[in-house]
Amino acid sequence: MYVAVKGGETAIANSLDLVADKRRGARDLAELTLDQIDQQLGLAVDRVMTEGSCYDRSLAALAIKQARGDLIEAIFLLRAYRTTLPRFGDSEPLDTTRMVAERRISSTFKDVPGGQVLGPTYDYTHRLLDFSLAAAGERPEAPTAPVDAAQALPRVGDILEREGMLEPPPAANGEASQDITRTPLVMPADRPVRLQNLARGDEGFLLALGYSTQRGYGNNHPFVGEIRYGQVPVAFVPEELGFEIELAEIDVTECDMVNQFAGAHNIPPQFTRGYGLAFGHAERKAMAMALVDRALRAEELSENITSPAQDEEFVLSHSDSVEASGFVQHLKLPHYVDFQSELVVVRTLRHEVEERNRQAVLDQAAE
Amino acid sequence: MPDTHDTSSSDSAYNYAYLDEQTKRMIRRAILKAVAVPGYQVPFGGREMPLPYGWGTGGIQVTAAIIGRDDTLKVIDQGADDTTNAVSIRRFFAKVADVATTTRTEEATVIQTRHRVPETPLKEGQILVFQVPIPEPLRMLEPRETETRTLHALTEYGGMQVSLYESIARHGRISKAYNYPVLVNGRYMMSPSPIPKFDNPKLDNNAALQLYGAGREKRIYAVPPYTPVKSLDFDDHPFEIETWSECCALCGSKESFLDEMIVDDDGKRLFVCSDTDYCQERQQADKP
Amino acid sequence: MTTLAAGFADPSHDAQRVFRSVLEAFSHPGRIVTVPAEAEMTGSLSAAATAFVLTVVDRETPLWLASDLDSEEVRTFVRFHTGAPIVADTGAATFALLTPSRQPMLDGFAIGTDPYPDRSATVVIQVPALRGGPSRTLRGPGINGSTTVTIAGLPDSFWSEWAANRALFPCGVDVVFAAGSELLALPRSIAVES
Repeated sequence: MYVAVKGGETAIANSLDLVADKRRGARDLAELTLDQIDQQLGLAVDRVMTEGSCYDRSLAALAIKQARGDLIEAIFLLRAYRTTLPRFGDSEPLDTTRMVAERRISSTFKDVPGGQVLGPTYDYTHRLLDFSLAAAGERPEAPTAPVDAAQALPRVGDILEREGMLEPPPAANGEASQDITRTPLVMPADRPVRLQNLARGDEGFLLALGYSTQRGYGNNHPFVGEIRYGQVPVAFVPEELGFEIELAEIDVTECDMVNQFAGAHNIPPQFTRGYGLAFGHAERKAMAMALVDRALRAEELSENITSPAQDEEFVLSHSDSVEASGFVQHLKLPHYVDFQSELVVVRTLRHEVEERNRQAVLDQAAE
Repeated sequence: MPDTHDTSSSDSAYNYAYLDEQTKRMIRRAILKAVAVPGYQVPFGGREMPLPYGWGTGGIQVTAAIIGRDDTLKVIDQGADDTTNAVSIRRFFAKVADVATTTRTEEATVIQTRHRVPETPLKEGQILVFQVPIPEPLRMLEPRETETRTLHALTEYGGMQVSLYESIARHGRISKAYNYPVLVNGRYMMSPSPIPKFDNPKLDNNAALQLYGAGREKRIYAVPPYTPVKSLDFDDHPFEIETWSECCALCGSKESFLDEMIVDDDGKRLFVCSDTDYCQERQQADKP
Repeated sequence: MTTLAAGFADPSHDAQRVFRSVLEAFSHPGRIVTVPAEAEMTGSLSAAATAFVLTVVDRETPLWLASDLDSEEVRTFVRFHTGAPIVADTGAATFALLTPSRQPMLDGFAIGTDPYPDRSATVVIQVPALRGGPSRTLRGPGINGSTTVTIAGLPDSFWSEWAANRALFPCGVDVVFAAGSELLALPRSIAVES
């Protein structure tokens, strides 16, 4: 007789062995080192750090290795590690005008103070598979111009702002903003909470939403005020010292999106901001984030909320890849109790309908 | 490579029961609020767990916040102790919380469950922890949290009554089979999690404490012992549970919730208890 | 100079065991539970109140102290072991520690809002004893029918305050009575008869 499947314990143990084996792949090939992942798959590391909310290249590289390159799985691994770490406090806000920029472009002005720096970008590569990469071989070092690390890099937005053409950024209120990894998301959310959510949000989801605003679903006429990528210092004020110390330098990508705004009530027409920030080099993410940030300001700016990207509850509740991936994939778990419940109900309903139909036929025959 | 991360050994890097003490305190406070306001969904700062969202992270966080070395833990999924996810969660706690585990309902002090309430009646002092996917009973009628919060604040549950009544108008009966909404202590409408409605009567006036954890949605709610839990219905269409004309092929029970299995290519069916512990206890009792 | 009393001997496990006794008290309103792990007594705080504070209070939960329980010793203890901010504003407190000498006892604490009734305070009232006082009958969630409490040293006016608090449900404060190493809970859902 058939008996319900037993031995889940053994099955799981075997499955763990199998996935570890798959991860390693053919044993005659050298195993990837974390340094190799960090150096040669650096953009994957950047994405995992950004959406994993944890700036640690070696941990992100480990997560990517363990997840066999599945970045959403790697983000999950890093998040689950991060969540157990003790908190010492909040760093001081990053000052991106102090960035040592490797790349910095504006699409609103031909030239800007500090200059346009193209830097490393795929933008102007021709997307032709480079078969020379399939073979081993050393590549020459790229020539680089000397970088003036002491030079302050004013934001293009600040220049527009002085003219009154661009809204000023929200004033700092001196309060530490709510940490969405420690406190539950409550709607309606304020902008710092939304930006945290978007920074952790899935790049694909934000990209699609940002794209939708360009196709008329909540259009906000965006221009890239500026994108910059480079190193910024992170500072922290320990309670016992009472003064700022520099902890590290991290790579970030920042996008200041400038958007047309018709004005409202007593605000004259001016440009408004959408903001994006990501760890490492992640322009697509930072731009998509800036578009969605601006779209989510619809209510604040008295715009009609007509499209998904403007809908705070919709966006913030569905942006997280770890949540989304878990809940979609939980459908793989057994649901036979619920299904059995439905079967019983559907059978009863069908039986009643058949019974009624049969009776109707009999009644008709009797007439 | 920096040597600050101990990546070689997986356990020692983590606190007892995985969660750090700060997180446990936060969850414990939420649990006390949940018990004080039965059926109300308390938002809590849910954490990423090492298991995926949707796979019991809410229940796991609740269990991790309450469990201690004196506890005996039972974990079931679909009523069974041996389904893979139940095994996985039980292994997790045996490892991180150094806790005794059991499959016997009566021996357990904490029972974490997905989609079932054990058939064996629970006792005072036991805690039943439910894994909850969607804590909001009104979510499928109103997707916005800001709206549903207001509806709960106003005790405005007419929408659910209408939805159930539409089902009667269409089918002649309420077609909702699982996750059947209940009213707790006459005040809050609550999702009992996707248990079959067969289990709803067990929630009412139960001697055990019921804790509900929704990890992805970051909500905790509770039903204290001896609390009225009423399944919604109408005077002319009273609440009723599933029945089977078959009995369990293993233990002969006519009273328990039965799982249906297809045993051959012709679609021949076999029915067995979904609650594996209950079924085994009965089979053993039958032996001379 | 004030001395700093020791916290729990085994913080993680002691807090877990104390929490379970508190959870039992909340789940069975009116039931007297003995806290299973004691910290060193601190100032005028009872062992039960001290254990409760060590178990649920931390830097995320502002604490309000009544003047007759307040002392440099208690403040130092709370700050060192929990990191909780000690606040003067009753409305800002997540937890409050007081004795029946405060009148009215429940006045000014956060009661939550209709959409978020959990944003309310938990008030710990230290009394001389949990037994031997006038008898009151409790009914509500967690109680099989009814149960009786005989809290000592509690003025009658408390119970009219409680009736008003009960009427706010789902808003309102939750109360924990502490004496010696025992405590009992009175969640806002509980109705009281004399």
